[in-house]
Amino acid sequence: MIDVTLESVSKRFARGGDTAAVADVDITIAAGEFFTLLGPSGCGKTTTLRMVAGFYFPTSGRIRFGTEDVTRRPPNKRDTGMVFQNYALFPHLSVAQNVAYGLKIRKVGRAESRRRVEEALGQVHLAGYGDRRIDELSGGQQQRVALARALVIRPKTLLLDEPLSNLDAKLREETRTEIRRIQQEAGTTGIYVTHDQAEAMAMSDRIAVMQAGRVQQIGAPQEIYHRPATSFVARFIGRSNVLTLPVQGATERTVTVGLPGGGEIDVPAPADHGLRQGETAQVSVRPEHIGLTSTTEAGALPGRIAELEFTGMATNLVVDTAGERMQVAAVDVPAGIAVGDQVGLRLNRDRMWVVRP
Amino acid sequence: MTTIPATPGPATVAPVTKEPTPPPGPRRRLADRFAGGTGSRWFPYVLVFPLALVLFGYVVQPMFATFAESVGVDGVENYGSFLTGGGVARSSLVTSLIISAASVLLCGIVGVAMAFLLKRFSFPGRKLIEAIILVPAALPPLIGAISFQLLYSETGILPRGLQQLFGAENPVLPFSGIAGVLVVHTFTMYPYFYLSASAALGGMDPSVEEAAYNLGAGRVRVWRTVLLPMLTPALVSASLLVFMTSLASYTAPLLFGVDQTMTMQIYINRTNGDLPMASTYASVLGVVSVLFLLGMRWYEGRRSYRSQSKGVAAHRREITNPLGRWLALAASLLATAVLLAPVATIALVAFSRDGSWTTEVIPAQYTMQNFVTIFAEPRAFQPILNSLKMSLIATVACVVVGVLIAYAVRRLDFRGRGLLDVAVMLAWALPGTVVAINLISAFSTGNAFSFGQVLIGTFWIMPLAYFVRFLPLVFRSSSAALAQLDPSLEEAARNLGASWWRAFGTVTLRLMLPGVLAGALLAFVHGVGEFVASVLIYTSETAPISVEINNRMYSFEVGTAAAYGMLQVVLIFVVMVVSGRLEGGRRSTREAARWTA
Ligand SMILES: Nc1ncnc2c1ncn2[C@@H]1O[C@H](COP(=O)(O)OP(=O)(O)O)[C@@H](O)[C@H]1O
Ligand SMILES: [Mg+2]
Repeated sequence: MIDVTLESVSKRFARGGDTAAVADVDITIAAGEFFTLLGPSGCGKTTTLRMVAGFYFPTSGRIRFGTEDVTRRPPNKRDTGMVFQNYALFPHLSVAQNVAYGLKIRKVGRAESRRRVEEALGQVHLAGYGDRRIDELSGGQQQRVALARALVIRPKTLLLDEPLSNLDAKLREETRTEIRRIQQEAGTTGIYVTHDQAEAMAMSDRIAVMQAGRVQQIGAPQEIYHRPATSFVARFIGRSNVLTLPVQGATERTVTVGLPGGGEIDVPAPADHGLRQGETAQVSVRPEHIGLTSTTEAGALPGRIAELEFTGMATNLVVDTAGERMQVAAVDVPAGIAVGDQVGLRLNRDRMWVVRP
Repeated sequence: MTTIPATPGPATVAPVTKEPTPPPGPRRRLADRFAGGTGSRWFPYVLVFPLALVLFGYVVQPMFATFAESVGVDGVENYGSFLTGGGVARSSLVTSLIISAASVLLCGIVGVAMAFLLKRFSFPGRKLIEAIILVPAALPPLIGAISFQLLYSETGILPRGLQQLFGAENPVLPFSGIAGVLVVHTFTMYPYFYLSASAALGGMDPSVEEAAYNLGAGRVRVWRTVLLPMLTPALVSASLLVFMTSLASYTAPLLFGVDQTMTMQIYINRTNGDLPMASTYASVLGVVSVLFLLGMRWYEGRRSYRSQSKGVAAHRREITNPLGRWLALAASLLATAVLLAPVATIALVAFSRDGSWTTEVIPAQYTMQNFVTIFAEPRAFQPILNSLKMSLIATVACVVVGVLIAYAVRRLDFRGRGLLDVAVMLAWALPGTVVAINLISAFSTGNAFSFGQVLIGTFWIMPLAYFVRFLPLVFRSSSAALAQLDPSLEEAARNLGASWWRAFGTVTLRLMLPGVLAGALLAFVHGVGEFVASVLIYTSETAPISVEINNRMYSFEVGTAAAYGMLQVVLIFVVMVVSGRLEGGRRSTREAARWTA
């Protein structure tokens, strides 16, 4: 268990043109923490993780494990345990031999090695599978062998690159709880890469949301969900309506914005919002924080239902208002409501949030 | 690396692996960089430099030496004779080109027809033919050419047999001169067309063809507008290959006495002691071969058709008409006889008494004596020892260099990667005669790459020539094996603490092994059968099997010559069986790789 620090790390590939695959990434991951790099495909997550593992060296910036600078240390001297997206199990070795590979390199004695392999396989519920060949295992089992192989060396940090992406939906949910449990039991620092925001929310202590090589926001799942820093984060995590509204006044923690249907509303804002009267603000409001009401209610945003979809738990609507198309997830809707009806939208002021563009 | 504490301590505990402050000095720094593994900027160059040196020293530099030799005495005058006049040089070039073009045409017709019949029709005997279709091409070049001479030339079995059958005055349908050369080329090179056309036909999605029929096209139109265009890439690459191979062909013109070809002129000038002229021919032939190589790479980079859908096997049409079935069966039997005739001839003649075969259709007297002589007489056994030894040395070198070059080209990122690749393929594109002349030019005086020693007339020039000629075989099979291997396997090993060398040895090389071994066996067999380069550089102590066969043929010891050939053939078939096993093994690791992917 060790803390991992990335100090303004950038990576440009020789054949990557002018754009950096990773730009100015500053992250401090506490010892024992489960930290997730989240973002759409191609945003630089894998590149960042591979720099931590030592497969790429940063073009600039430093990487530290604790107080040690490991920026240019070769991968085999880093003591990280990596679970690859395609598992990268050695097809010529048995399950037990795969798991024992790192122990052999660390010159762990034979008896001790056997004990630890058994223990690791037990941890991933594969006790008794040691003699199997890799191609005799299912995808989910292979995934767990890869996890055991990474864990058995008791790495300082556990690195996981989309380890669940090759599993089916049900197995994915089971396995993510398992991974979290095992990481906590082993007490190692975990760095996890995924493009699946639900997975990231469910598993992580903290998340770094990345886009185009840059970190957009770092925070706990609730924080990222309720107080997204940018419109990208608001849209990428869950669903969100991001409204562009005129600023009519501002204090340190609130911004007063005008609504398209008339009237105004005080929206909570981050301390560094820097907005003044006359500018426009980006305001995020999630579909589930919008209620349906009659068009006549004071302060309600009038609109017309364009799409309507009943999902059981809630009804998803798309409502055309004067300014924007709004997504609404209403828990109870008046009976007989249909596409084309005029409705009023009641925005939950406390759950709205001012974001950077 | 120190061991890791069993229980993870708090984060403030002193780091377990303390990085020692590197002592100053360039040695330590280089070691650090080297330890940086494949991620380090310097690593590729540390690995690649010696490989590049080997390729330069033994492939590229000798080529320049040959060129220097060719212009050394009279300047470019030698080259003038290719452009003007009706001299030997010009007519040799033209003859070589005509033979090559005719070979392409004949091989194309035979190969494509065979592919179409075997892949699209189902008839009695089809499986058997598919199993033996590559047999004539698998023979070593000299033994292959000899067997065709024994079969089809004026003194051959078939023309004499027909003569006796019809009571004719002269042998019926004998092949001689250029026609003989073309027969050899057709039988030994049509597999280039057969293999690429049948792969293209087999990989073609039948629904594409069905779509054309569905839209109203007739059979001829489907052929012209759908099948042929889709086969074009395969046919073009096969044409280029056959053209190159025909151009490089030496044994067929030698045995059928066609002196005015490029390869024969190289041999004749060399044996007459006119090295500058031999070098001129070699340079011209080398340049033409290199142009073809570049053309091939360019073309293959351009286009290839792959079927989108998978799992649908191309359907075969059953021949149901009874007459058609009988005809097909008869044709199959005839084809089987023709395909197996060369090997059967060698086997038969191997047991004939030397000097007993004069005007008969087949030899009159049979004996085991030829084999007894080979194994009992030390002088007769020496060529076998020579071949095994020289081929083994060359194979070991091919494996070491070939595997590392394949790794560098496939896995490392460095400047000049394409050049390295081209240098290996150059060794493959150069005809054996040219390789020999290049080595003669480069190493008839000592130079840096021979550590100042003169290599001509020594033992070492022979394995060196084999190394240059067969390195591409090991390179290609290693490279193909690597292509199937997920790079993250090696990274996983590195992540678990293995140094680059250890990860390479325990994971990458281990998984490449079946491919490497198949390539090594191929190189070894080719080495044991090598004739074309050997005949230009051997000495009486280093004569390999094929040269001995050639010498015995000259002294009319045909039985003993065939007996040596039979031994080569047996070795080849043993190796083919072993390689087949390896192929099977490779398929299972490939399956494993797919599972893990
Ligand atoms: N070896 C490489 N060479 C050149 N460009 C690369 C390489 N690896 C990744 N990239 C580029 O860097 C960017 C980030 O890639 P990556 O880290 O793999 O994204 P992610 O894992 O978030 O999907 C992409 O634009 C990708 O094309
Ligand atoms: Mg990725």
